[in-house]
Amino acid sequence: MDLFEYQGKQYFAKFGIPVSAGGVAHTVDEAVKVAESAGYPVVVKAQVQVGGRGKAGGIKLANNADEVRHHAGNIIGMDIKGHLVKRVWVEHASDIAEEYYASFTLDRAAKKHLLMLSAQGGVEIEEVAAKDPDAIVKLHIDPLAGLGEAVARDAAQRAKIPAKALDGVAKILVQLYDCFTKGDCDLAEINPLILKPTGEVHALDAKVSLDVNAAFRHPEWDEFRATEELDEREKLAREKGLQYIGLDGSVGIIANGAGLAMSTLDVVKQAGGEAANFLDIGGGANAELMTSALEVINSDGNVKSIFVNIFGGITRGEEVAKGIVEAMRRVELRAPIVIRLDGTNAEQGREILASAGLSADKLISRPTMLEAARTAVDIANGKAAK
Amino acid sequence: MAIFVNENTKVIVQGLTGGQGKFHGLRNRAYGTKVVGGVTPGKAGQDVEGIPVFDSVADAVKATGADASFIAVPPKAAPAAILEAAAAGIGFIVCITEGIPAQDEARVYSTLKRDFPNSRLLGPNCPGVISPGRCNIGITAGEIAQPPTPGGKNVGIVSRSGTLTYQALFELKQQGIGVSTCVGIGGDPVPGTSFVDCLAEFQKDPETSAILMIGEIGGSAEEEAAEFIKANVTKPMSAYIAGATAPAGKKMGHAGAIVSGGKGTATGKMDALRAAGVKVGANPTEAGALMAQIIASLK
Repeated sequence: MDLFEYQGKQYFAKFGIPVSAGGVAHTVDEAVKVAESAGYPVVVKAQVQVGGRGKAGGIKLANNADEVRHHAGNIIGMDIKGHLVKRVWVEHASDIAEEYYASFTLDRAAKKHLLMLSAQGGVEIEEVAAKDPDAIVKLHIDPLAGLGEAVARDAAQRAKIPAKALDGVAKILVQLYDCFTKGDCDLAEINPLILKPTGEVHALDAKVSLDVNAAFRHPEWDEFRATEELDEREKLAREKGLQYIGLDGSVGIIANGAGLAMSTLDVVKQAGGEAANFLDIGGGANAELMTSALEVINSDGNVKSIFVNIFGGITRGEEVAKGIVEAMRRVELRAPIVIRLDGTNAEQGREILASAGLSADKLISRPTMLEAARTAVDIANGKAAK
Repeated sequence: MAIFVNENTKVIVQGLTGGQGKFHGLRNRAYGTKVVGGVTPGKAGQDVEGIPVFDSVADAVKATGADASFIAVPPKAAPAAILEAAAAGIGFIVCITEGIPAQDEARVYSTLKRDFPNSRLLGPNCPGVISPGRCNIGITAGEIAQPPTPGGKNVGIVSRSGTLTYQALFELKQQGIGVSTCVGIGGDPVPGTSFVDCLAEFQKDPETSAILMIGEIGGSAEEEAAEFIKANVTKPMSAYIAGATAPAGKKMGHAGAIVSGGKGTATGKMDALRAAGVKVGANPTEAGALMAQIIASLK
């Protein structure tokens, strides 16, 4: 789960990382109020989860209430690369002497934590990596040993962070590592990490991605969930407990298991179609889940055919079939179903479907995944099913 | 022969009295696996359809001589369950639990390496391992796996995905090709057993003549496998990588299946495997057909 900058900063603050005084605002009036208490000059920053906000005009400096009104008025409601700005973060503007970069992630190959640190901050780290890879210090950290201030200071020194900033950077690195591990982040990144002319080191931005598997020990994450940007289909799917990702194509996809669902997207593409979604009904799918899945797919106006690709393991074929029959009774599906059913009790499932009296242009059975993909794509592309 | 498990493997189920543990534990036993005990703290002395339950893994090992464990407990309890099994001397631990936080997985992995180097963890979030006809630990439906042909050409399967593992078993069964062992390493960011671990074992296993590998987007495990294959694997291989059409930046169902910053793409993985001499199919069916060609050419 990706956090907005303001949420990331609030999360950082819990671990003692210094951030600018500020607050979030949904309206122009709120923005002025926050600005007054943060102290002018302030920066008004669009809160969207996409890069390039500054270039799009989503980050502005304001010296007084009128300027805050002007900028906040422009930014709230702005569209930045397809993301609607619903709120701004207003914070006291910082004087910047130097800009650095720091992040922690899990290096899956090394199976260790990875610190990336650079004295060249304020630009995309990928850019630095491409132009001047030696400017990035990478340090693997044993999860059992953790990161102490001495090791952090040494890394900062190797990254050529100047002596006057070393103590401040080392301290923040340890705090950021704490945030990354205890805070269950997939990514904790500060870019830029700034040195002020007065000598303090400070997080000017925050990029945090949380590991949702750890949500059970973070009740405080509920507020982040509430602001997650999901489309209507994704919201409905989440309510029903389904793994769903909305896409732009016209072939609705239902499969059991993440791998098979991904593979289903692949074969639809190979057959010349585009998937409308990724939907994994999981390992223990039953009739009710299947019904929910069809309801979610049915809420997508782009869907022209529905490809149900099931390989029964724990999921049983007859349960899948019952779900389809039930869903077709309950809701008027906008598109025909093309089904491929194999594995546990597939034979029983096929019998249930065959004897349910469903019309042949509403439900089409295909013996293999590839044939089913071709049929589903043909229908979506307006050709008659062969 | 088979890798990791065989007809003599004695298995305990941690979480045998829970819904998943009971369902799959009994299914594994019905398949012929030697399920000798279960562990649920506070329930020692009970039994689940004749399988004795113990309070701890140590007690279960002492009483039954178990050398493998099947862990089917919730994510909160799974890290401790894995370490308990290792501390009790279990050499092969299968954890099917989905949803363990990545930070916990990293700590468990490092702890196993440091303190229990003789214990192998398979998973978490994996379907388990099956040596068809001999031993099935996990959630695989045993009947879709073709037992190996004695003295014939058999295939070893290693996969990051559960249902695609079934699909692979099914494809080979359709072709009448026997399977020596099928290992599901799981789709999480820090799996205990990697592709490389399995490839090394298959390369050594005299019963395995060829290897079918199923990967997916995210991380670099397939690229590492390709490096290893180039240097160490002489047996012919086919492969499929799921997720060529997955959008970047989204976790595709599995916690580890994510393309981020242009890394972990299906194309990159397929190219790496091809460069290592692996025949790569565009979908599981094609990978199965390529394997059938390989087997035919070996005869």
